Amino acid sequence: MSAGLAIATARPTGFGRTLETVGAWLFALLWAAPLLYAFWSAFHPAAYATHFDLTAPLTLENFARAWATAPFARYMLNTFFLVTMVLIGQFIICTLAAFAFARFAFFGRDVAFFLVLLQLMILPDVLILENYKVMASLGLVDTITGIGLPYMASAFGIFLLRQTFKTVPRELEEAARVEGCNWLQVLLKVYVPLARPTYIAYGLVSVSYHWNTFLWPLVITNSVETRPVTVGLAIFGAPESGVNWSIITAGTLISVAPLLIAIVLFQRQFVQSFMFAGVK
Amino acid sequence: MRAPRSLLPHVYGWLLLLPAAVLLATFTHYPTVASIWESLFLPATATRPGRFVGLANYAAMLDDPVFHQALFNNVWFALGTIPVAIALAILMALIADSALPGRVLMRMAYFTPTILPMIAVANIWLFFYTPGIGLIDQILAGVGLPGHNWLGDPATVMWCLIVMMIWKEAGFFMIFYLAALQSISPDLREAAAIEGASRLTYFRRITFPLLMPTTLFVLITALINAFRVVDQLFIMTKGGPDNASMLLLYYIYETAFSFFDSAGAAAQTVFLLAVLIGLAVAQFALLERRIHYR
Repeated sequence: MSAGLAIATARPTGFGRTLETVGAWLFALLWAAPLLYAFWSAFHPAAYATHFDLTAPLTLENFARAWATAPFARYMLNTFFLVTMVLIGQFIICTLAAFAFARFAFFGRDVAFFLVLLQLMILPDVLILENYKVMASLGLVDTITGIGLPYMASAFGIFLLRQTFKTVPRELEEAARVEGCNWLQVLLKVYVPLARPTYIAYGLVSVSYHWNTFLWPLVITNSVETRPVTVGLAIFGAPESGVNWSIITAGTLISVAPLLIAIVLFQRQFVQSFMFAGVK
Repeated sequence: MRAPRSLLPHVYGWLLLLPAAVLLATFTHYPTVASIWESLFLPATATRPGRFVGLANYAAMLDDPVFHQALFNNVWFALGTIPVAIALAILMALIADSALPGRVLMRMAYFTPTILPMIAVANIWLFFYTPGIGLIDQILAGVGLPGHNWLGDPATVMWCLIVMMIWKEAGFFMIFYLAALQSISPDLREAAAIEGASRLTYFRRITFPLLMPTTLFVLITALINAFRVVDQLFIMTKGGPDNASMLLLYYIYETAFSFFDSAGAAAQTVFLLAVLIGLAVAQFALLERRIHYR
């Protein structure tokens, strides 16, 4: 009976429901339209860019020309190196720091934690000028390391992992210690495996964030060998570059293809990871 | 000789923290202090050393009409984007949480724009706004209306950026509302059904109030994003026409790397950091209050 009642408020029947479904679908279609349009324009000759005709010939010419115009393969490789390096760095550095905050009562812990959390407000994105000078003095201008380094000690990652580590029962750690594990083994064999969902969620959020960063990489890079795909795409799409619209959309789709494929395959994981990371 | 046992946690704790501490000190704390320091000096030139000028750089910043314009635009950008994006995000979350057929596909339509780089989004939208040959003008021409230079007109350029930002951001906020909706007890819906409450009443009296903490979180995130996200300007407007779409962070970039005025850029950076810290403190204070209510 209760289920029946719940359904009575949850689902209108008949005409109302049809109307709602149609409305929801139109809204979704409207939202998808800009991207669907990009696909239309990329897969058709330039003459059909604003001319919608179902008989328009399909072509891969735009993709071929975009690929030939700019070194997209190199840009993507750079981005791939960047996100991998940042992710590995973040996992190691944030795990160690989070473990310290969660399980060691060391001198000055609260002050240190506050100084870490400051980074949630003082975003590295804003400190472009001073960080450029720091990178210049370290000799890391125009390197992929230089793009990634400011993001590796992530306050968000430290906070997220600390929260997770704090939920691990002490008994498990004591059992491992009785077995003769030292603290590093305790961390690697007890804490890290139990925090797997956090690592997955944080990893997805981190990869999609660093795949997309633009301003800092623009500031710190100045060669094809280091530019991530966002910066490459901005140069490629600039009006000065003189390529036509259909080719620009093709180039845009090339550079977001890995993200689009990932979201089609792992939509649920993406949504859940963002939820998980946001709710903490 | 072994260290006394009581010292070990301190040593281990700091050793574990060391890599993070070094990186944070180098790339967050030092640059912040350096920005404040530099904002108080006139930079050295070939002929004279740097000179302490107190708050003169800030005074110059506050006298700069472009800075005013950028600040005004940032506030306008936030006010134009956030209420609509939040309303649409709640609608999206209700759809994604409903039992409507095809809701997974619909959720994907809403969510996909949020994981695309702003540069890609700006590339796609740039063509919609292009005068004459752009999609909007083509559609207007189809129904016999004149075209318009949407991005080239100071009266319309901010609206163009606002609409695009809503498209990019609403699906991101949907995620948080979806999480909140799924945590609302189904008992409430049953109770409302027994009372004979309409769906609108249920939303207004039950769902919406329960979403308030989420709205607060989303609001602050959206405000921070309004100050942080300026990538689109590089593609679409470069802050123009006539600074009509200038935003603070883009202006910092120009001041630092086009005008090479590092003292001015430092003062602007400190100002922007103060805004961001103010927002975070507001969020923290409001969340504290929420915890006390429980």
